[in-house]
Parts: sequence; C-alpha cells; structure tokens
Amino acid sequence: MGYPHKPHPKETVVLSKHFGEADARTYKGWVKRGGYEMLAQALTLEPARVIDVVKESGLRGRGGAGFPTGLKWSFMPKEKKKPHYLCVNADESEPGTFKDREIMRWTPHALLEGAAIAAHAIQAEVAYIYIRGEFTEPWAVMEKALAEATAAGVFGAIKLYLHRGAGAYICGEETALMNSIEGKRGNPRIKPPFPAAAGVFGMPTTINNVETLAAVPLILKKGAAWYKGLSLSSPKSTGTKLFSVCGHVQKPGNYEVTMGFPLKDLLFDLCGGVPPGRTLKACIPGGSSVPILNREETEGCLLDYEGVVEKGSMLGSGGVIVFDDSTDMVYQIMRLARFYAHESCAQCTQCREGTAWTTKILERILSGQGKTADLDLLLDLADNMTGKTICVLSDSCAAPVVSGIKKFKQEFEDYIAGRRKPVMVA
Amino acid sequence: MADELVNLTIDGVPVSVPKGTLVIEAAKQAGVLVPHYCYHPGLPVAGVCRMCLVDIEKAPKLQIACATQVAEGMVVRTQSPQAKSGRMGVLELLLINHPLDCPICDQAGECELQDFTFQEGRPATRYSPDYAKRFNPVEDFGPDVLYVPNRCILCTRCVRFMEDVAKEPVLNVSERGDRAFIGIHSDGRLDHPWAGNVVDLCPVGSLLSKDFLHKARAWELDKAASICTGCSQGCNVTLDTRENVVVRVRPRPNLDVNRYFICDHGRMNYRWMNRGDRIEAPLVRRDGELHATDWDEALDVVASRLGGAGGKTVALVSPKASTEALFFARELFRGHEWSGAFQVVMGEEAPLAGVPNLALRAERAPNGRGAELLGYGRDYASALAAAETAAVVLVLDEPDIAVRTAGKLVYVGTVLPERARDAEVVLPIANVAEEEGTFVNRDGRVQRYFQAKPAPGMARPAWWVFAELVATLQGGGHVATAADAFDRLAVSVDAFRGLSYGQLGFAGAPAPAAAVPA
Repeated sequence: MGYPHKPHPKETVVLSKHFGEADARTYKGWVKRGGYEMLAQALTLEPARVIDVVKESGLRGRGGAGFPTGLKWSFMPKEKKKPHYLCVNADESEPGTFKDREIMRWTPHALLEGAAIAAHAIQAEVAYIYIRGEFTEPWAVMEKALAEATAAGVFGAIKLYLHRGAGAYICGEETALMNSIEGKRGNPRIKPPFPAAAGVFGMPTTINNVETLAAVPLILKKGAAWYKGLSLSSPKSTGTKLFSVCGHVQKPGNYEVTMGFPLKDLLFDLCGGVPPGRTLKACIPGGSSVPILNREETEGCLLDYEGVVEKGSMLGSGGVIVFDDSTDMVYQIMRLARFYAHESCAQCTQCREGTAWTTKILERILSGQGKTADLDLLLDLADNMTGKTICVLSDSCAAPVVSGIKKFKQEFEDYIAGRRKPVMVA
Repeated sequence: MADELVNLTIDGVPVSVPKGTLVIEAAKQAGVLVPHYCYHPGLPVAGVCRMCLVDIEKAPKLQIACATQVAEGMVVRTQSPQAKSGRMGVLELLLINHPLDCPICDQAGECELQDFTFQEGRPATRYSPDYAKRFNPVEDFGPDVLYVPNRCILCTRCVRFMEDVAKEPVLNVSERGDRAFIGIHSDGRLDHPWAGNVVDLCPVGSLLSKDFLHKARAWELDKAASICTGCSQGCNVTLDTRENVVVRVRPRPNLDVNRYFICDHGRMNYRWMNRGDRIEAPLVRRDGELHATDWDEALDVVASRLGGAGGKTVALVSPKASTEALFFARELFRGHEWSGAFQVVMGEEAPLAGVPNLALRAERAPNGRGAELLGYGRDYASALAAAETAAVVLVLDEPDIAVRTAGKLVYVGTVLPERARDAEVVLPIANVAEEEGTFVNRDGRVQRYFQAKPAPGMARPAWWVFAELVATLQGGGHVATAADAFDRLAVSVDAFRGLSYGQLGFAGAPAPAAAVPA
C-alpha cells in the first residue's frame, strides 16, 4: 500500500497502487492513470461477456462471504422484465476492517468505474453506493468524484447515487442495507427471496463489496488469467486482497498481498511483528465475526478463503486483529460481545437476548463474580445463537466466544477461581 | 395452479396441501400446532421470533415453519431433539427479560408464553438474578390500549397489523438489541377504529385493553360464538362472560367475513347486553295499569286481540331482532292488511384498509338485510304514520314509537321505553346474548349466534313468543328450538330455501336469493 508507508517488497500493489496520490482522486488524474478505459470498453460489450470474464478470473466477494462474483452476477434475470439494481456495500463497519475506507479515500474512481461495469453486466440502470455514516472523509471524496465523473458523462445511461448510512452495523448486512436504502428500519430480511429475485424495492438486485468492484476494471484490463495468476495457492482464491491489520503490531495499516500469502509474513515482515519484548498470542484473521486463531494456527495460516478455514476460522473481510501476550482475552471477547449486543437489530430472539446475556455473563466473570457453570452456559447460549436466526450477527457474536473459551479456557477459569484480579467493566 | 397438491409428512403424519402452503399451516392439517409467536395467519410473515424451529430432513439446519414452504416429499419433525432444544432455547431467551408477573397479568391463562413454556420450556432459568431485567414504564398507546413493555417479546404482530392491515403505521420497533421496545409515533395515537385488534394479536400480556383491565381471569370466562350487532358487516365474535355477565367481545375468525378482526365499535358494543332494567315478566293492561302475569295469560290476551282484529296492522321492528323472530312476527299477520318496517341507525363508515370488503358499516343494523328479505320495509316514517290509524301495532324491541298507540300496542321487548307504557300487552324477550338465532349480513350471509348467558326472569326468545302466537292462531304446531324455527323459515321463504340450521354451523352460509348486496 502506498499510504501512509511505502509498499513493502512482499506486497503486490494492484488495488492500492495509487493510494497516497492526491491526483488520483480527481477525474483527470484517474483518466491519466488509464481510468475509465475499461468502462468505455465494457459498455460496448454484451453484459454476458463481462460476466464471463469476471467468472473466469475467479474473483470472490471481498465483503466477507467470499461468494464468486461472476456467479452472483449471473443469477440476475437474463431477460429483463423489471428494473435491475446494483447496490454497493460501502457500509464497512466490521471491527478491525478499514480497507474499503482507503479505497474510497484514495481511488474513488476505481470504485465508480467498477460499479458502473457491474451495473452494465447485470443490466442495472441504477447503482446505490451505501456508505457508512461515520465515513465523513470518504463521503466527501466520493461525492466529488461522482460529480466529476458524472459531468464527464462516462456512465452512459447508468445512474449512480451515494446513500449515507446512519450508524448501524447491521446495515452492512445486504438485505438490511436494502431496507435502509428504501427508508425502512435496517432489519435483515428472510431469504429466500434472494436479492437477485427481489432485492431493493423488490426488484432484482446484486450487491457487491467496494473492494470486489474496485478489482473489476483491472481484471478487464489485464485479463482473467493475469488475475488468477496472482494467487500463490489455492486455485479457488484468486487475485490480491487488502488486509487491514490492527492491534499489537508495530506497523498497523492496510497491506495488499496475493491470495495464499502467509499470515505470519504479513504480521512479522510487513507489519514489523508484535512490539519488542512481546510474543504473539492470538489473531482474528477476518474481522471480529470470525473465530479466533491461537499462535500456532496463526503462524501456520495461509491467507486465502480455504487456508483460513483449514485453521478453523474464516478469511472474512480481511480485518486482522493481533493480540500479543499482554492481552486479556476474556476482556477482549467481552468487548466483542458487547459490540454485537449493541448492534443487534432486535428482530430474532436468540440475537436480541442472547448477545446481551452473553455480555452480562462475560462482564460478571471479569468482575470476579463468575461461576464455574458460566462457561458451559456461554457455550450452550452460543449454540442457540448459531444457525438459528435470519442473519449471522448472532453467529458472529458466538464465534469468538466459542473459540475463545476453547483456546483460552485457562484465562476464564482464572477469573472464576479468583486467581486473577477482577477488572472493572463499565 | 393453486390446486396443485404437495405431499409431505409432519411428525409421521402424511398430508397433502396446496403448493405454496407454509409448513406451519400444513402442520395444522396434520394435527400439529408448531409453537409460534410472530406468525399470525392474518399478518405478513416476519420470521423473527424463531420459535417455530423445526427439523426438516436434508436441510442443513433447523428451519422456521412459518417462512418455509412445503415441498414434495418433505419430512418435517417438530419433536426431534434438535428442534425441541432450539425452541427451548428461544423460550429461555424470551423469559430472561420477562417480569414473570403472571399473577397480576390479564393475559395469564390465555398467554402463549405461558402455554409454550409449560409445554416445552426449561423448568428453571439459568439467568442469574444478579442481572437486571429490562425495564420500561407502562405507556398509554390509545383510547383502549395500554403497552406494558416489560412483558413484550417483540413479535411485532402489533406493528405489522397497524402497518399492513390498518395501513396506519403508528407503531414501530424502537431502539436496538435488548433495549428494543414497541414505539409509538411521537405525534400519533393508537386510535384507529380497528386498533383494538392489537390487543387480541399480542400473544402475551403486553398490549392490554383498558376496558377489560383486571375484569376477569381468563379461566373464569365462558365463551359463546356470536355475531357482532354493531353494524351490518356481521363480524363473527366470541362473547366472553363471567358469571353470566358479558365482559369482553373478541373476534372469531371467519375468512369470508371479518378474517381475524373486529372494529373497536363492535368490541365495545356489549354493555347494553348486561342492562339491569329489563322487563322480567309479561305485563297486561288491567284497569289502566300494566300488571305482571304469566305467559299463558299474556299470550291469550294477544291472541284474542289479534284474532278479532280487523283493519290495518303495523309492525315496527328492530333490525337487531333475529331472522326467526322477524319471520314469525310476519307470519302472525298472514291474512291481515299489513305493513312492517325497521329503521336503521346510521353512523360513520370505517373500513379496515388492508382487508377487502371489511368495514364498520354506516348502517348499524346487524339484521337489516334479513328484515328486508322477509318483507319489512325501510320507510319507517310511513310505517309510523300508518300506525296512527292501524288497528294493531306490534313493536319488536324498537324504542322509537313516536305515535299515539293507546289501545292497540303490543310491545315485545327487552326493556320498556317510556313510549311503550301505554301498551295493552308487554312481552319480555331475550337479547342477542341470551338466545340463539340468525342474522343476515349486508352481503346476504346467514350466520348463527349462540347463547352466552341466561335471559332474566321470564324473558323468552322473541321467535318463541311469536311462534307460540302463530301456533295458537294458525295451528302448525309448537316450535321448541331455534333450529326448528329456522327450518320453518327455510321451507317458507324463498330467500332462505335450501339452508338448514345445522349446515350453517359456526361459519354461516350465503342465502340463496340474497347473494347480491342490496
């Protein structure tokens, strides 16, 4: 990544090539860098042809689920009977994740170009870019870029709109985002129907993540084979990925590496390792919603969709949260649970009540009042919160609790047995 | 297409249901009630309470029966260990913030949270008493609705009713997470003419009727199927009585008439059924005064007056009278020069926007259509004028008799209005809650109502009174039951031909000649 530090030799700067270049934010600057060429070309192609290239590239959704992008686009009705919509999920709110923010800050036109190409591919005349409400600077950058590009007429008949979120994590869930765009409360919807059948305003809709779409112009430009060739490992994970690294590393920030890059190298070479005198304890590899990896798992983990699953977690959004040996895991897990309890949309019983109860139990354990039975209760609650609700917010709260208890049980037991000084939790 | 049937088994019971049926509805056909809270057949599916989790073979995880459509060959298990454990988990979570104040809660005894917890919940909670429960004060939502947020399980039935059925979205879910509660628009009131339905829809004691507040425990109530007398719509209702006092009116589902709902006007239209100033014995005029007597004498007096009467006869009847009573009252004057009329009190119409052909009708007359089919006219003013010169004036429970009737009035009614005090004979009758009978609604649907409480004193159903008089004057035998009365009507009047009281059942049936609204 070009900002705020020079790219590390082990990085593969594709998406982040122009990060840090103020000129790249302008329409003229972007055109100078080859921008909007691919859009102009794509608009002359059959939509199905564009989908084929993206399918061939193996590009998968960068928002967390990793669903093949071309396949998702191909779910849209071939014969258009109703208006089609594209939604761009720029509601990046996953704790530990801040890659889309940088794409919007530095290369807004990459996103706009990718979105317009996607809209063409799915025969949508309108694209809504739903930007997290707290993203004030990216909002301003995106607004300016959209105005410039629209004035230049590059989008043809496609209309792009920015829609600003109002501060709810759940609005990053695709169907909640659609409700929010419609002006409704941001509650996830029951699926089916899936968005390709009935999405925003009940019309066929595709929703893609910012990073996914920003990669699309490059794939068209350099070809599917090039993109696939960037991967170091599994043929199922292709291209490059931005990883947001935070926590106990000496150089936190966004790093762009190819799929299959070793997590250990990311943390120790690119990010400079944990602070001096400390040792690595644990790592959340894909945003706060995925299971925690312990040191051994972290050190042996390859960063692609399959590699992280092999270690018992998920690649998720690529938000890497690093914990060194000074970390109180019980406290960290409580903080995560508290976040989910705060953000639960309150629809499903297990999530509304379960996230809050989980938080209370963890707070009590930290305060030294925990009971031995609390750990089994937490696990049983987590079981009730997993796979039983409309969306996965509840599962996301359960994941770190279950992996935390499994991998760091001693720390919980120390609090419960009074071997560890209680922590005041406010 | 709708007739395409899908075969599946639910808890081992094979069922065939139309394509598109939800598993929760298919289960009812298999005799299985899947526990649920947010699902209601009269509302759009929300799928939020997650209570109806069931095991479906080949599905990777538990599914909610309320949002899953049936498929050919589907195997549903509601009692698998996984399904039961999933639902037990939901029940435990619903109760952690619940105050468990059942002893002072109006819903106790008819509470679905109680019922399903008793059926398949945990015997004890694991929620430590150290943890606070969510607290929000009681809120006054509208003229008849209180919201007790602490008992709320956020099933959102009330929100969906107001939004999708009443089309007046004044309620919402406010806040997030376990702080959530049902909110009301800051400038809004729950005063829609159909708002009271949210109280019935609420599966717990969170939305309460002020009118019913602390009136009775659910297990003290007796229930009778009835028909609302509030207007000509003919909504099916249940009359709840406690110790023979009507204390509550609730909707009784009928998909052809009122679906699952009644309006607030109908809901509150019951106090008169408990009036204390009733006529409790037949009265006959002797020496210028009305004297109580027995039925034999009273009927003899009426029969002799009618038998000897020449000239015009006029009947002024209430459109709240049963079809059977109106029929025999008409039969009574067979061979006489007769005119009969009813008058209809008018009010404001209040439709329920989300349900076609359902409204509080302007005509506040439950049986106006029945009276019409039997030959009674709507020109009440002319009938009143005719009464001036009539030889006999028969009034059936109609207080508006603003003519001079001395010497010729036979008053048959529940109460004795001032104007009826110069009657020759007064015959006490039962009101709608005290007898069986039928009404014909505005669309020509004949519907039965059942007895909810005994009539006071010697009061009898009006159809019995008139049938006795007909038997005395014209022969043809006694009529012992409402069923006999209806069957006599059905063989005599074309508009009802082919119907039988038994077949009407609880849901009613369209009168053959009355399918087209008047």
